Amino acid sequence: MFVWFAAIPLLPLLAAIFCCLLIARRNKTKLPAVLVVGSLALSFAVTVLGFWAWIDQGKDPINPQIYEWIGVSWGSEPGQSLTAQFGFYMDGLSWLWMLFVTGLATLIALYASEYMGHDVGKGYGRFFAAFALFVFSMACLVMGDNLFLLYLGWEGVGLCSYLLIGYFFQKPSAVAAAKKAFIVNRIGDLGLAVGIFLIFVTFGTVEYGPLFEMVRLGVDAAGRPLDGRWQEWVIPCLLMIGAFGKSAQFPLYVWLPDAMEGPTPVSALIHAATMVTAGVYLIARTMPLFLLDDTHFALTIVAWTGTITALLAATIGMAQFDIKRIMAYSTVSQLGYMFAGLGVLTSTGACFHVFTHAFFKALLFLACGAVMHGFAGQLDLRKLSGVQGMPGWRIVGLTMLVGCLNLAGFPLITSGYFSKDMILAQAFTTPGDTIWGSQWIGWVLLLTAGLTAYYTFRVYFRVFVGPQHFEPGDELHAEEDSHHGEHGEDQAEVHGVGKSHEHFHPHPPGWAINAVLIILALCSFLAIPTYFVMPEHHGWAGSMVHSSTAIVESPGAHHVEGADAEHLGTFLGYDPHKAMYYVSGIVGFLGIAVAFFLHLAGRASAATSRADALLPMLGPIPRWGQNKWYVDEFYEAVIRLPLWVLATLFHWFDQLVIDGLVNLFGLLPRLFARAIRPSQSGVLQGYAVGMAGGLAVVLIIVLIIMGRGG
Amino acid sequence: MPTSLSNLVLAAESPIGPLTLYHFLFVSAAMFAIGVIGFVSRRNLIIMFLCTEMMFQAAGIALISFGRYHLNHTGEVFVIFVLTIAAAEAALALALVVWLFRRRATLDAAAWGEMSG
Repeated sequence: MFVWFAAIPLLPLLAAIFCCLLIARRNKTKLPAVLVVGSLALSFAVTVLGFWAWIDQGKDPINPQIYEWIGVSWGSEPGQSLTAQFGFYMDGLSWLWMLFVTGLATLIALYASEYMGHDVGKGYGRFFAAFALFVFSMACLVMGDNLFLLYLGWEGVGLCSYLLIGYFFQKPSAVAAAKKAFIVNRIGDLGLAVGIFLIFVTFGTVEYGPLFEMVRLGVDAAGRPLDGRWQEWVIPCLLMIGAFGKSAQFPLYVWLPDAMEGPTPVSALIHAATMVTAGVYLIARTMPLFLLDDTHFALTIVAWTGTITALLAATIGMAQFDIKRIMAYSTVSQLGYMFAGLGVLTSTGACFHVFTHAFFKALLFLACGAVMHGFAGQLDLRKLSGVQGMPGWRIVGLTMLVGCLNLAGFPLITSGYFSKDMILAQAFTTPGDTIWGSQWIGWVLLLTAGLTAYYTFRVYFRVFVGPQHFEPGDELHAEEDSHHGEHGEDQAEVHGVGKSHEHFHPHPPGWAINAVLIILALCSFLAIPTYFVMPEHHGWAGSMVHSSTAIVESPGAHHVEGADAEHLGTFLGYDPHKAMYYVSGIVGFLGIAVAFFLHLAGRASAATSRADALLPMLGPIPRWGQNKWYVDEFYEAVIRLPLWVLATLFHWFDQLVIDGLVNLFGLLPRLFARAIRPSQSGVLQGYAVGMAGGLAVVLIIVLIIMGRGG
Repeated sequence: MPTSLSNLVLAAESPIGPLTLYHFLFVSAAMFAIGVIGFVSRRNLIIMFLCTEMMFQAAGIALISFGRYHLNHTGEVFVIFVLTIAAAEAALALALVVWLFRRRATLDAAAWGEMSG
């Protein structure tokens, strides 16, 4: 069977290989970008074609197998062999993910071709090689038909993330951030790996088809029922740890804000839109395993972890000044929403939020990146103001507004509003005896929605509107100057005075950046109608989830009446699905209004606003939030420091005891040699005396023996 | 010392009376001792070389004496070999001495003492 949509992962892989060849040939052109954008666009086209073909044949999972990737057997019994095909499992979930992964990757690669322009001939090829390799890995993760292929992609995206965070490898902070991301992800990956092993031990297979068939029947490899056995809750818990690491959830979220050290397109694609949703994908994909446990132990933890993460990250985001970092914390927070959605049994809501979030968060990051690019790396919202009014920045400002409205959940006109609603409403609907404390989850998420609206518009009102003011960042370099040279008379000034701030001119983004921003803004609007089509599945994303392994019969999803309805939770006595349209809209609106009052109304300068007057009333809390609730310091003291002490002890043990023993054995021959070395006096006569004396001694001994014997 | 050593006459005609093996061995031992003392006490390479030659000859006298004493030619044959080897070795040793002298412009053996421990 010729699997033509195998081109989806293969095209980016080929592009990555060609980029490596170009690096080896010392290519100094924009060819890598052309190659990667072209191959990703083709890959997206193939995805769309494959998607239509899949719809045409009736939305059944396609499970083509290309070749046997791993095949080991140690007996003829079932469960005594391990096979993993290099094959694809294409159902609604895979297509949903692949559509936005390849589509966004194409757009962001186009954006990066301009954004990374300073590095043509230096890191340009390296950037695009890793970028294309990332799309290949992500495609393996999403399209693979077994957990091993998923794990390959999982580690592949982790590697590409590491390479791209550490792209500016001369910068110590970037190197540290890359290492942090890699090491924190290892903790999650350990959980995933052990989870996969346990799945193999329990079910005897890692391939989705047979695995989910067995899960459906509720039996293990030997045909025994799984009901009530420990595997039922241990397997989902282990998979959950893997998802927490990759998707930056509460104990393991600390790497994601630091990952903003990478170039902005990387933050947009990998650390906002696609890779960090791999955890959501994993849980959605293995949803049957999570639902196996009637007590929903793992799902309750998922729901609560997501909720805590959402609130915690939102509170940190409120106190930050670096706009890219605020976006990073909002990503963590929105990922928390998705996990809460999965936990309260609306995989539809979670996947729809992944889908809408991918567009508007990529948009937000790319708009912030355009600002950072134009103002020489300036990201501090106290040093930028009124950017939207400056010449050439209108598109960036307006698209940023679209992104902010989406993130804030502005009613009716934004897709973020509908996807967030779905999760909030389901949190109130799902009864507390199914998921413990689901009502509380709803209330916390509602509070978080208000905070999100506030900190999102804090950025917009501070940076994009208000009095015009800017201070450039510290990334002024030669390429930046030559850009200004195009403006003619600026050239003499810039080169004459050097790098002083008075002569800095922000350079507005070019066509590639503006085009990508506009397309993404349009996409985030186009996601709204998908909510209204196919109402029986709660929108297009819902229909995709419905024809995949992620399907969950959400409690109350079909407006049950009578006795069953009393089971369900309510929102203060109203139907949550209806009430939430108003309530979350009002909450979002309130957040925006507060941000308007505190950060725009009456603001005369970039550095201060009305909010500053409020800070003393809150005591030390804003400082704690600005310091990220000291979570990094806590990890430093509780995990890193003990490990450091232990490692230092081992180091000294190794130096003193192990090396000491080895050195001692080396020392013995030297000491012996030192004792007998003076006999080599270098005086010829001395040797002669030695020889004669030795001979005399031998003679005397012989004579004595003969004298006795004789 | 066995009595036969002093009894068997090896050479009857001599100014000090009949000579026994004892006399010959005494000469041999004296020469060897003079050679050793010379080798140890002098630092001139040529003198040291001559001393080694003297020790050779001492050994040769002892061998010939024993050959005569046992009434066979083994000792004499041995001495012929020793002389041949000594001649070759003398050529080699003198060449070395000449070479060493050219390197340091001195015949002092102490000039070559840097291999001390």
